[in-house]
Amino acid sequence: MRNKYSIFSLFKNALSYHENWQRAWKDPTPKKEYDAVIVGGGGHGLATAYYLAKKHNMQNIAVVEKGWIGGGNTGRNTTIIRSNYLWDASAGLYDHALKIWEGLSQELNYNVMFSQRGVMNLAHNLQDVRDLKRRTHANRLNGIDAVYLNTEEVKKFCPIINTSQDIRYPVLGGTLQRRAGTARHDAVAWGYARGADQMGVDIIQNCEVKGIKRSGDTVEGIETTKGFIKTKKIGVVAAGHSSVVANMAGLKLPLESKPLQALVSEPVKPIIDTVVMSNAVHAYVSQSDKGELVIGAGTDDYISYSQKGSHQIVEGTLNAILELYPIFSRMRMLRQWGGIVDICPDASPILSKTSIKGLYFNCGWGTGGFKATPGSGDLFAHTIANDEPHKLNAAFNLNRFVSGDLVDEHGAAAVAH
Amino acid sequence: MFLINCPYCGERDQQEFKAGGEAHIERPKQPTELSDDEWAEYLFMRKNIKGVQFERWNHAHGCRKWFNMARDTSNDEIKAIYKIGEKPPTQ
Repeated sequence: MRNKYSIFSLFKNALSYHENWQRAWKDPTPKKEYDAVIVGGGGHGLATAYYLAKKHNMQNIAVVEKGWIGGGNTGRNTTIIRSNYLWDASAGLYDHALKIWEGLSQELNYNVMFSQRGVMNLAHNLQDVRDLKRRTHANRLNGIDAVYLNTEEVKKFCPIINTSQDIRYPVLGGTLQRRAGTARHDAVAWGYARGADQMGVDIIQNCEVKGIKRSGDTVEGIETTKGFIKTKKIGVVAAGHSSVVANMAGLKLPLESKPLQALVSEPVKPIIDTVVMSNAVHAYVSQSDKGELVIGAGTDDYISYSQKGSHQIVEGTLNAILELYPIFSRMRMLRQWGGIVDICPDASPILSKTSIKGLYFNCGWGTGGFKATPGSGDLFAHTIANDEPHKLNAAFNLNRFVSGDLVDEHGAAAVAH
Repeated sequence: MFLINCPYCGERDQQEFKAGGEAHIERPKQPTELSDDEWAEYLFMRKNIKGVQFERWNHAHGCRKWFNMARDTSNDEIKAIYKIGEKPPTQ
């Protein structure tokens, strides 16, 4: 059992110059067999393992990760959390996650720095205004907090926005979800890893999956760079590389993997205390606790696994940012990076069983998976443990691409998640 | 960002092009005979290969013609460019 993090443990460790903190999780060698193996040690995978151990009493499980914990998209996103989606199925899924976020730091005994600073979505044309008003109503019917703001109210909520009506895409209004906000993404991965490890989950880093062994339509185990691991249940949470793992099992998924970019500026004093997203011009910005502006750019239109995006994508986003926030015109950008996101045709995720017994996929989160991390883990753990989806993720099955019952969030959730 | 050698215009900036996804997906010859599974396969399921993939591109801000490309998606290196209707290169 590990020490609990608290003000007292902080004080005690300060006395020894913070040199005696315990490891947050072990570095085990893989056992020969597990009850379940999770492929992918990002936030969603670790959360899945955590809830499998905690709620479904499955402690003999492993998470295999080809790199290191949280080194993929978990540490590359822009940390925005919100649940103001249009359709009932999405509202249920994302608000389930938001409710878990609200108590997550206490539950994990790990400060994930969840900050409900609000997320504002701007409207720049008449269609935006209509869509956002409709979404506000839909959200409220689903019990999700949402208000529509006119231009003056937008300006009042975030004074640095240029609300002049003679810019190319003037601000005509916006929506605000006050319960939405941000969290520290690394801490989410570390907190779940520590929590899962504490309950006996083996977290195996630098262990790449090379093949999935099956006999007929049942899985038998996985081939990895650290040898063969026998298991009856495999939960794949491999984000941009989901199709690669699916191909190993002879499955095809409705996914395309594309680079999504983000960037941060040099750190400055507090200037923006909320998250502002603007889908029509594709600009979204918030400020980290370190003071950096965190800016999300868009995806490229071609398939790529290179973790690099095109320069014009960043340029387009910064053009829009500068028009909306002239105050940022002389700021310098510090870092830019790309992550590979797996995009579904309907811009909604897949949390589903497959045609192969014991093989489950949690993928297709595309550009907006971070916000769903706790809910996704909880529901996917339920799906794996019971071999049956929870009612909140039943709509997000693979079969919807055959039946045509899609959850089309392209227009509703807008470009930027 | 990379340079693309349009078979009609020559080498241009990638910014001028639009990616059209996986190539050589044949339109069903008898759409009325198709089962739901076959429709799903045609409309949605993609190989999404990490490695050399055949794909369609359109010179949207140029000659506006479509052509095919073999590209390594793990490092964005273009291996071959060939016209619509031609067979994909074997090497």
